[in-house]
Amino acid sequence: MTRSWANPLRDERDKRLPRIAGPCGLVIFGVTGDLSRKKLMPAIYDLANRGLLPPGFSLVGFARREWEDQDFGQVVYEAVKQHARTPFREQVWDRLAEGFRFVQGTFDDDTAFDKLAETVAELDELRGTSGNHAFYLSIPPGAFPVVTQQLARSGLAKPTHPDQWRRVVIEKPFGHDLASARQLNKVLNDVFPEDSVFRIDHYLGKETVQNLLALRFANQLFEPIWNANYVDHVQITMAEDIGLGGRAGYYDGIGAARDVIQNHLLQLLALTAMEEPVSFRPKALRTEKIKVLEATKVIGPCAETTARGQYLGGWQGGQKVPGLLEEAGFDKNSTTETYAAITLEVNTRRWAGVPFFLRTGKRLGRRVTEIAVVFKRAPHLPFDDTATEELGQNALVVRVQPDEGVTLRFGSKVPGNQMEVRDVSMDFSYGHAFTESSPEAYERLLLDVLLGEPSLFPVNEEVELSWEILDPVLKHWQTAGKPEGYPAGTWGPEAADKMLSRTGRHWRRP
Amino acid sequence: MIIDLPSTTTSQVNSKLVHLREQGGATALGRVLTLVIVTDDGAKTEDAIDAANDASREHPCRVIVVARGARKAAARLDAQIRVGGDAGASEVVVLRLYGPLADEGASCVIPLLLPDAPVVAWWPFEAPAKPADDPIGRLAQRRITDSAAERNPIKALEVRQKHYAAGDTDLAWTRLTLWRAVLAASLDLPPYEKITDATVTGEGDSPSTDLLAGWLAARLKIPVRRAKAVNGQGIISVVLERKSGPVELLRPDGKVGTLTQPGQPARRVALQRRANRDCLAEELRRLDPDEPFEETLKGLTKIVRGRTPVKTPTKAPAAPDDTPVVSAAEAEAVLSKKDGPKAKTAATAKKPRATSRQPAKGKS
Repeated sequence: MTRSWANPLRDERDKRLPRIAGPCGLVIFGVTGDLSRKKLMPAIYDLANRGLLPPGFSLVGFARREWEDQDFGQVVYEAVKQHARTPFREQVWDRLAEGFRFVQGTFDDDTAFDKLAETVAELDELRGTSGNHAFYLSIPPGAFPVVTQQLARSGLAKPTHPDQWRRVVIEKPFGHDLASARQLNKVLNDVFPEDSVFRIDHYLGKETVQNLLALRFANQLFEPIWNANYVDHVQITMAEDIGLGGRAGYYDGIGAARDVIQNHLLQLLALTAMEEPVSFRPKALRTEKIKVLEATKVIGPCAETTARGQYLGGWQGGQKVPGLLEEAGFDKNSTTETYAAITLEVNTRRWAGVPFFLRTGKRLGRRVTEIAVVFKRAPHLPFDDTATEELGQNALVVRVQPDEGVTLRFGSKVPGNQMEVRDVSMDFSYGHAFTESSPEAYERLLLDVLLGEPSLFPVNEEVELSWEILDPVLKHWQTAGKPEGYPAGTWGPEAADKMLSRTGRHWRRP
Repeated sequence: MIIDLPSTTTSQVNSKLVHLREQGGATALGRVLTLVIVTDDGAKTEDAIDAANDASREHPCRVIVVARGARKAAARLDAQIRVGGDAGASEVVVLRLYGPLADEGASCVIPLLLPDAPVVAWWPFEAPAKPADDPIGRLAQRRITDSAAERNPIKALEVRQKHYAAGDTDLAWTRLTLWRAVLAASLDLPPYEKITDATVTGEGDSPSTDLLAGWLAARLKIPVRRAKAVNGQGIISVVLERKSGPVELLRPDGKVGTLTQPGQPARRVALQRRANRDCLAEELRRLDPDEPFEETLKGLTKIVRGRTPVKTPTKAPAAPDDTPVVSAAEAEAVLSKKDGPKAKTAATAKKPRATSRQPAKGKS
């Protein structure tokens, strides 16, 4: 057998042939959780429906419930029926369901893990998964050490043959500060080498985020102005209109900055601000992301350049909603922020002097994620002052979700016999120009895990750098008392508006 | 919404389109390509439009149907515009050309092409011998023909080979993608051995079988035997010989294939014929010249044609009892996504030769 085998039937010019994952199986821990039911199971079905899963693909669930394989199958069935993107087909389902197994047990139960090892070995034998397995840890990070140790003890973590692979998939939060992130990485890397750890940041699986790279590096139009000479500032927003009812256990004490800014928004910043990678190979991409994260720092003083808030009860979208402190499970004196905004600088020649404003919040005006690159005003306007009163700054907005696409704002003459310039939008919408339904982020990411394609997963170093960026803000907030309240359904606390007006700017209304 | 413009001109059609866009807003925005369907006016035209509408959900496009009517009539252009629910995610302009105008389709198409967007021409039935030299073909970056839908499929394929130009493609080739994917994936895994011999068996008049043999010959650089099957439909089987034993992909019933490899459990793979709209959607996904197709056409010359027809058992060889069949989920999946409700009818028993012109019965 030789490593340099070139499949004669493959041809890189042959773009019709799909990449199907090799024989493998997936083990999900915490299979009864929300994420698993709403995202993972439907994504697996959708992948099967698209024909991208290998023959004999197997799915093993591990949880405390006393289920049989059939009960597990029933749960997956309901999840798929309810949440899958592609139409339900009995035939696809039947064949997929043949590979379902369930192992009952707790994380500290040696026999359960031995049972799991047996199940996995049996699948290798029976369904030809060939010893390739991914372990999806959809569980609280506190349980990572015991689970990874169990996997190591039962021999599941190590492949028995150099051709086989074992991979571990984890979700945020990757720690709650730099020290805990390091600790977590150590726990994982003790058992799984870094190249087999896949950290899911589902934003990176979104088509629009990947399109950002195409937009920047495949076009001549944008790159020349993508720098401090033309860009005034950048706003990255992730707003949600939902509250935190029922998520107290996870969210209290964590807050918006740790939950969203540390991972999603800093990753979006990295993709927006990074230099052109020399190639799209995973390593080259990471190199650039790491470079830009290393150059990123919080602009101080934090009292003036950051803002945080906590939503108050009120009427939102025709419904009466409780404030955070009235939500079940939250401490009445909780200082957990549900809105966070910070100001960053990227200390490179390209971005010197351009502030990056990042904001995120719950119970805001509407659900939206976008990256807005706001340009400087034209240095000279050969019009009367009255002609350009309504002219704002040019902006390029990448709409990440919903209504994926790109908006370009620029000035245009208002029809009439007077010279009057006003802002208009030019719109590119993904839904119009391409498919009606593009794959879910989890489909792409799960397939990448099975294919062993790491480009879209942040590595250890990126996680730690992100914490280094955020830690000074978190430290400041610790001693800064309570977050300011903001009514549900608005665009955040007053402090956030002040934070920008100090620099003569204002938040875009997304 | 369907708007009829009897006895009209293309500039009237154009101004109506602009008018509709002003009224309706989003229509006509963001179309990525113009698809020109060239056909004779008749009942089958609607099938082709339906296929294009379905494909437009993946590739929003303007569809221009050039339907050539009676040559003996007086010169006249009847147009019909369909937008909204009647046109999928596209806008359809049907141009019915009568009299001398029937052979001057290109002159009616040019004013309606979207600015700057690529043009794809599709002949769902009979195609010109040299698509690249056809007046409409010359407008297009990509020209799609369908050998299996022509009167003599094998002859049609020979013509394609003779007159190939960059940008040509054929739906008989598109129907092969799943077969090719399964075969390629089976060689991704050990044992990594050279293929010493290959045989492809299929119906005598199945152009896809010829193309599959041609592709293998081009990729493997060995002569490939092409055997005629007496029973079954389309492609029946592929056998790739290796030192450790053959890789076999067998589809006796036209629906489910069985992949057998030495030392591995037999795996069932669904390989139904693909509906035209799925093939079309795949074609529109890429608009650059298809080099592998060109090489495959060249590979046709390296096929060794068997004289004696081969009879294939209608049942796939049963897998040994202790190694359960690994399920057809995987491949079924490939197809079930692609095959809508029409799949069943398309996959029913082989029809006599005479009907092989029907698009839905395309050989796969």
